[in-house]
Amino acid sequence: MKRIATFIIVVLVAAGIMAWSTPGLLNGVRLGLDLKGGFEILYEASPLEAGQKITKQSLTRTAESLEKRANALGTSEPEVTTEGTNRIRLKIAGVTNEAEVRKKMKEPASLTFRSAEGCKAPAENAQPKDIYCKVELVGSDFVENGASVGYDQLNQPVIDIKVKDKKKFADVTKRLIGQNLAIFLDDNMLSDPTVRQELTDGKAQISGSYSIEEAKQIRDTINLGALPLKLTEKYSQSVGATLGKQSLQKTIEAGIIGSIVILIFMIAMYRLPGIIASFGLIVHTWLLILVFVWADFTLTLPGVAAFILGIGMAVDANIITNERIREEIRNGRSVTSAVKAGNKSSFRTILDSNITTIIVGAVMFAFGTGAVKGFALVLIVEIVLSILTNVYLTHFLLSLLVKGELLKKPKQFGVKESEINAL
Amino acid sequence: MHFKREFDFVKLSKSAFIFSIVLTIAGIIALAAFGLNYGVDFRAGSNVDVKLSKNVTAEEIQPVLNAIGVAKEDAHITPGDNRVNIRFTKVLKEDQDEKLKSEILKLDKNASFEINTVDPEMAKELGRNAIYAVLISCIGIIIYVSIRFEWRFALAAIVALLHDAFMVVAIFSIFRLEVSLTFIVAVLTIIGYSINDTIVIFDRIRENLRFGKQKTREDLAKLLNHSVNQMLMRSLYTAFTVFIAAFFLFLFGGESIKMFSLAMVIGLIFGAYSSIFIASPLWLLFKYKQKPNRKAAKPSKA
Repeated sequence: MKRIATFIIVVLVAAGIMAWSTPGLLNGVRLGLDLKGGFEILYEASPLEAGQKITKQSLTRTAESLEKRANALGTSEPEVTTEGTNRIRLKIAGVTNEAEVRKKMKEPASLTFRSAEGCKAPAENAQPKDIYCKVELVGSDFVENGASVGYDQLNQPVIDIKVKDKKKFADVTKRLIGQNLAIFLDDNMLSDPTVRQELTDGKAQISGSYSIEEAKQIRDTINLGALPLKLTEKYSQSVGATLGKQSLQKTIEAGIIGSIVILIFMIAMYRLPGIIASFGLIVHTWLLILVFVWADFTLTLPGVAAFILGIGMAVDANIITNERIREEIRNGRSVTSAVKAGNKSSFRTILDSNITTIIVGAVMFAFGTGAVKGFALVLIVEIVLSILTNVYLTHFLLSLLVKGELLKKPKQFGVKESEINAL
Repeated sequence: MHFKREFDFVKLSKSAFIFSIVLTIAGIIALAAFGLNYGVDFRAGSNVDVKLSKNVTAEEIQPVLNAIGVAKEDAHITPGDNRVNIRFTKVLKEDQDEKLKSEILKLDKNASFEINTVDPEMAKELGRNAIYAVLISCIGIIIYVSIRFEWRFALAAIVALLHDAFMVVAIFSIFRLEVSLTFIVAVLTIIGYSINDTIVIFDRIRENLRFGKQKTREDLAKLLNHSVNQMLMRSLYTAFTVFIAAFFLFLFGGESIKMFSLAMVIGLIFGAYSSIFIASPLWLLFKYKQKPNRKAAKPSKA
């Protein structure tokens, strides 16, 4: 009786937890672009000036800045990853002004120092960018990642910038003594201090009444702009949200229909053990969703396909076990000993076949890109979970029922008396 | 269901070998003659999928293409049920992209777009990566199976696996079905399934080998037949359930994974077939060759 009670408690508690948590979990699954809409761009990075090399560090920094830039544009959860030695993949979901974002992403924010030398007299309310028409120094004149936040005499936050070529800066400042040297980030003027003297140490300072946060932000933006990599779009994919949603809905519907047919098949084929197998399959699916939410994986369309096909493969584990038990019963073993032997020997079979599939999945994960990677990840996670639920859990539940004497007749395993060979 | 009679798979395998060899040759010819029908993932160009709230004809779309400056022969329009697919042989520029969208939105303001663009360089790389992935998977499988079983099993399993992968490629080539990036995913999954299925049968052969000594080819053939027959119901049931999953995906799944599911369905059938009719008899062939004291039994050409 104790075993039956354990069985019932395990099943009820698991079913309760699943029923209670599933709606929340489903909402927590992060969907890929192909499912919720958005766009994906693969950039190839090249050095700004010929002869320079792309380092791992500069690539990572470019990726980080792209991410910051995407965040600054107010997109939700941009995903930026580096690939290989010179590629960056950017994924942005739910963007409406795609053209603008694309343009902003590609062109790095560039820092320039401009003067009004030789410009037309400014109109009454001219924009700063019209007043200062002559560009004196461009982004690549500044030390990469050289901007930092400091404080002036009044303890106001300022941004310090370093110029690569001290002499060039000295020449510019010498020429502009008494005039304004404006500091622009793209077309936005940050400040336009008046040059008081020739600056020979190659250091410039942007001051204004910035808060420390603002100063830090400007520093970051400048450092982004100073990155030495040029990006070209290699590949792009854009998915309208409706199309993505429709695909997801259709695929999930297909999956549910397929799963129901499989569950009916298992129960019709294996009776009570089939119900246990179905329970194992449901727990398996629930755990998979749980892992997705906890590990914050992104679910893509190929991922959904792997998910549904993986259920089919998880069924295999149950079929192997149950067929093995039937075989043992047919060979004249008692139900108790057949279940024990069946569980034991099917375990080895399942492990060997699943590990070989994991090897394939691991190779796909290591060598694949984008869709292939997502697919492989789901496959690997799914196989590991399948061993847990469709081997350990179902074997455990089956043993409980056998020991509790609820399962004691060969008929309950779908074996006819006439098929049993006497020992 | 339980078969009383045992099937002679060793005998049946001769026809299977012939069938597979014929299909392989047909596949090689088809590949050499027409190659594969590459989708936009493998060919430079843009692919635009538009979901609409009404049906449109190719004639209605044509002016849009004229407006963005694409010649008639550089675009292929396929209208569908509340959707239209436009395939451009050249990559759309950003402004063309935007113009196309705004023009189609004029036709139907509820239109939703999916635009894919690929650089041919990228596509070649994807294909290369896939082939490397398959070869490296093979090495991984050989190492693992050689350790857990023996090298003959590993070799037979690899042949069956490559057979399954090639059959799907061949069928896609013969029937001119479109090959996209997800096709690669499908082929790799088929390889995973094929090896999984094969190993389960090999596991039984390994188990049965432990009892008794098999001296002659007949002994080995008998053992193999017995092992495959023991696993027959499992193989059929599993193939059936995985088939159901893939089949429903094909039938009801989203447009973008239709070809994927079709490749899976074909691959699954071959996967189940090759485990029984290719991998197991091949193992027998390797195993028998190794035995020096073979009796002058029937010469086998299997």
